[in-house]
Amino acid sequence: MEFLAAGFIEENIVPKFNYWVYVILMMIGLFAMITKNNLIKKLIGMAIFQTAIILFYVSIGVKAESGIPILGHEQHHEIVEEGRASSEVIKKEKFANPLPHVLMLTAIVVGVSTLGLALAISQRIYGSFNTLEEDEILDQLRPGGHD
Amino acid sequence: MTEHFSALILLMPLFGALLVTLLGRERRTACWLTALVCLAASSAFAIGNICQVLASKSGDLRYRMGGWQESAGYEVGIELRVDMLAALVVAMVVLVGFVNIIFAKTRVGSEMKDKVAFFYALKQLLIVGLCGIVMTNDAFNLYVLIEITSLTSYALIAMGNRRAALSSFNYIIMGTIGASFYLLGVGYLYIKTGTLNIDDISSVMQSGDLWAHPSIMIAFVLIMLGIWTKMAFFPLHGWLPNAYSYAPGVVGSFMAPLMTKVMVYVMLRVMLWLFGGEYVYSSGHIWGELIIWMSIIAIIAGSFLALACTDIKKMLTYLIVAEVGYMVGGAWLMDGAGILGSMYHILSDAAMTFCLFLAASIVILRTGDHRLTAFTGLFRSMPLTMTGFTVGALSMIGLPPTCGFFSKWYLISGAIEVGHWSYVAALLFSSLVNAVIFFRIIERAYFGRIEGVESLPVDADGSPPVVLDRVPYSMLLPLLMAAGSVLLVGIYNEVLAGWLRAAIPSL
Repeated sequence: MEFLAAGFIEENIVPKFNYWVYVILMMIGLFAMITKNNLIKKLIGMAIFQTAIILFYVSIGVKAESGIPILGHEQHHEIVEEGRASSEVIKKEKFANPLPHVLMLTAIVVGVSTLGLALAISQRIYGSFNTLEEDEILDQLRPGGHD
Repeated sequence: MTEHFSALILLMPLFGALLVTLLGRERRTACWLTALVCLAASSAFAIGNICQVLASKSGDLRYRMGGWQESAGYEVGIELRVDMLAALVVAMVVLVGFVNIIFAKTRVGSEMKDKVAFFYALKQLLIVGLCGIVMTNDAFNLYVLIEITSLTSYALIAMGNRRAALSSFNYIIMGTIGASFYLLGVGYLYIKTGTLNIDDISSVMQSGDLWAHPSIMIAFVLIMLGIWTKMAFFPLHGWLPNAYSYAPGVVGSFMAPLMTKVMVYVMLRVMLWLFGGEYVYSSGHIWGELIIWMSIIAIIAGSFLALACTDIKKMLTYLIVAEVGYMVGGAWLMDGAGILGSMYHILSDAAMTFCLFLAASIVILRTGDHRLTAFTGLFRSMPLTMTGFTVGALSMIGLPPTCGFFSKWYLISGAIEVGHWSYVAALLFSSLVNAVIFFRIIERAYFGRIEGVESLPVDADGSPPVVLDRVPYSMLLPLLMAAGSVLLVGIYNEVLAGWLRAAIPSL
């Protein structure tokens, strides 16, 4: 347990906490997708896996002591009414980077539609095999060739 | 008008898909005509695009979607970039889609039942996705388009029987892992470079000298793993054979030639344009060698698995696994000739896989049998289909003047130039195995005895126009067009290779 000394935690785990969490979540998801026998459990793993990546992206947009990337009323006033250049008014250190967040909106949509499609297909599988356990499905398929 | 060609290629099938959905499920002929017209227009624009690239001085066209101008030297919006390779691959995608629509006409009614309109809509969306993958110059947009392509193909595959639904489910799991790895890799690149435009990422890495940074290496590894999963590179190929062989015939026959080939294009794009040959080949000396060995294993394993199959479609899907090995190996030979062979093989493999899958679908439809024994005596009862099949088979084996010969020629000459003899040996071995595989079918078809003549299954809407080969013209014609393209790509190989050579960036 030498490596878990206080120094290690402070240097490597605390400042990079978000990355540790994303890696752990991702591994949980990957484990479920590969090893679980039940198709729905596999899909839960898939959802965790995709959420882990979303967490990763969202956390890279964060800056220390920055706020939400929305222009306040005063700043808007300064730019539009007083005609000052936007670079004078908007200090980029004050705002979190919105781009990764916007990207993740798209990724969430993709994730939801993948999950929806996969659930629809597993419903079809349940309709024709009467089970969602992978080994039981494979058992049913074994004797015949094509059907 | 002319400057919008690359966007119009995408828009035509996109609006076609919308229109088909609006037309509803009853008007089948109207759906078919809409899809046909949209893809024909798209093909015309794609050919116009090739002419434009040839005419342009720089050799690549750029199109800013929505007219977003660059700011401070960086692209803000999504940019389309079409160079010669992209123009040819896009033309290949839309032409295969167009010919396949003709093929689908009589078959789709009996295979899809009441889902005909959905089939045409999904198919056109799939083509939009594939064309977008090829043309986009934005790393994140590429991810979205990969997922659009995958989502439509999951749905199309699941339209088959219950086995198809199960293989589609496995494909979803594998495909999502692959796409997520790619997305993660793009995230690491974004952390280091702060941009998503492929050219800008490349120039920021160049100017900031970020090559040695571990984040870049992790990004490269993750992106490569993701793409390999999507293209079914050998140890990651598990989803492909079932998905493509249990998919409905009209779906499998255009998904098999397009999906893996477009992903190989993405790999070349990432290697040569995003990271640049300098980075990939200098950092990759150790594992560059490893990847060539992996592709050798892919070639040999794919060939053996194909040899062991008794089911015609399964056999063809394992051959695709071997062909993916050809292309990955060619791209990692670290040599202009190898990359050229890999690029040319994208086009030629699409042509011959398309030809073989169409012929196999016709034979399965006509005989109602999936096994290789179904081919017995077929040269007598369906000579035109078997001629098309033979052209595709000769190309797989690699006999001139088919395109398969020339792509092997370029790949082998690339391997000899860098002295990678084991890759040469693997290519020749796979040619021999292909010869065994296909000549045993051709021999059975030519000398085998006919045992009774089965009747064609009647189409859902009445009597099919059965004529020569007892197959409708709308199925025979696409097969002959595909066989013709195998020969044409082969005969005009020097022209194509000249165009492609100009597209390879200096290493």
